Amino acid sequence: MKWRYFKQQLFFFISRLSALIIAVTIGGFLIYIFVNGIGAINWEFLTQAPRDSMTKGGIMPAILGTFYLMVGALITALPLGIASAIYLSEYAKEGPVIRIIRIGVNCLAGVPSIVFGLFGLGLFVVFLHFGSCILSGALTLGFLILPTIIGASEEALKAVPQTFREASLGLGVSKWHTILHVVLPNALPGILTGSILGIGRAAGETAPIMFTAAAFFTAKLPTSIFDEVMALPYHVYVLATAGTHIEETRQIQYGTVLVLVGLVLSIDLIAIVIRSYIRKRKRW
Amino acid sequence: MSRRLKEIIIKNVFLLVALVSIIILALIIAFLFSEGLPIFNVVSVKDFLFGTEWYPTYDPPEFGIGALIFGSFVVTIFASVLAVPLGVLSAIYIAEIAPPLIKEIFKPVVELLAGLPSVVLGFFGMAVLAPWMQETFDLPTGLNIVNASLLLALMAVPTISSISEDALYSVSQEFKEASYALGATRFETITRVIVPAALSGISTAVILGMARAIGETMVVLMVAGGAAAIPESIFDSVRPMPASIAAEMGEAPFRSDHYHALFATGIVLFFLTLGFNLIADYVSHKFKEVGSATL
Repeated sequence: MKWRYFKQQLFFFISRLSALIIAVTIGGFLIYIFVNGIGAINWEFLTQAPRDSMTKGGIMPAILGTFYLMVGALITALPLGIASAIYLSEYAKEGPVIRIIRIGVNCLAGVPSIVFGLFGLGLFVVFLHFGSCILSGALTLGFLILPTIIGASEEALKAVPQTFREASLGLGVSKWHTILHVVLPNALPGILTGSILGIGRAAGETAPIMFTAAAFFTAKLPTSIFDEVMALPYHVYVLATAGTHIEETRQIQYGTVLVLVGLVLSIDLIAIVIRSYIRKRKRW
Repeated sequence: MSRRLKEIIIKNVFLLVALVSIIILALIIAFLFSEGLPIFNVVSVKDFLFGTEWYPTYDPPEFGIGALIFGSFVVTIFASVLAVPLGVLSAIYIAEIAPPLIKEIFKPVVELLAGLPSVVLGFFGMAVLAPWMQETFDLPTGLNIVNASLLLALMAVPTISSISEDALYSVSQEFKEASYALGATRFETITRVIVPAALSGISTAVILGMARAIGETMVVLMVAGGAAAIPESIFDSVRPMPASIAAEMGEAPFRSDHYHALFATGIVLFFLTLGFNLIADYVSHKFKEVGSATL
């Protein structure tokens, strides 16, 4: 009897330890980044372009570039994602078609980001002659986050109670108007959460934009969607690996990392907060 | 236009959009093949996959990605050795053992970990882990298999943990009650009833976590060291496939043999992760518990 109890205690201890290791690792990591990066952050750092072959100055063009890419990715993925989710949740009947679409979405979600980069290079940059620019990068990132948005939107649509649809259909409203005026408004917060998580992912990805959008350094800010841009993740990579000033620019690197982590984590936190708010305030 | 006709049109428009994911997947395959296959005019499929000489810029060049494939597998396996126990045990802790407050705190923490950009982890590996490792273990370089595996494990943990947790939650309450009623302890209930019932979900989680590790680019690009050779020790450098593609594509002349070889490496990587995903999909459907009668 004692042995049974001891085994249980030991197992609980190891499980608790695993969770603790994960929590401490991420906590320590974030604190480390914050402590080392905060010194670099000031108004000049956030609002000026890099100077003296990127050993001085700020990261404003990279922040702006990441912003453009995020918005572009969202414009690409949101309509496609929501419409796909509406089909999967509202129209499709269980069967081979829906099964194939689901496998397709799952497989797309599993495609490595560097393969998306190759695909973007092959299709947008080379085949469609867009060149390396915001448009190519945003489309590539948009396709990358599409499965995230489909998944979250479908879940949000499925969470709307069946009785809502039945009530609307019972009043003689057509299926399309029921979706548009009853189902979608109720699913909107959930869809929003998924989209925000999607943007967070798009902001942090490096590999897909390496050959499709990101520039090592551009002095001028982009004026059209056919311009190359600097982007935060790529800037971190470039500063940390290329050139002869790696040690000299550590401060700038930590500062850029902190801005990127801060951006991505606050986006994710917003999504998490919205979601827990919805869960608590559900009216049905 | 009749209302019925309009509804049918709307339905089919949505169907078309829903097919976009499949179309993108098909386009990815089409472009990988059209840009990658020409390399096989220069080198045979067998020499490409199993050759261990990767000297794409030499004269004459050598295009054998055997060492790159090996590098990908080595870091993925080491990362899994670390990430699978951590991920599964933490999921068990959160789903079955932890008090509600800790649950509320821990879940967002895992999600934040999932959201950390990989370039940031790669940067941490270069700037902090590598110098520390080099000094502590007196190594020629801190950019090696161990360093890359540690960080990849960190990337795989959230995937494994959150999917396993979902699987554990969906085990029906009746099973647990039946087990307790027979006098089993919580430990016995977890290991003999709950985990076996959730096993298909947990397996899916592990496979998807490994797929994430094998396809991850920035960490291996920055931290694995980049040596395109079969490693002899766990402190040697390797050059996994994604690292090779990311590092060399910028310099490979447009539509040169080197360019085609990198796309062909992309084909191998794509089908490897596709395989992982299809297995995960198969496992999660094939062994899905439909009701208590199936156990």
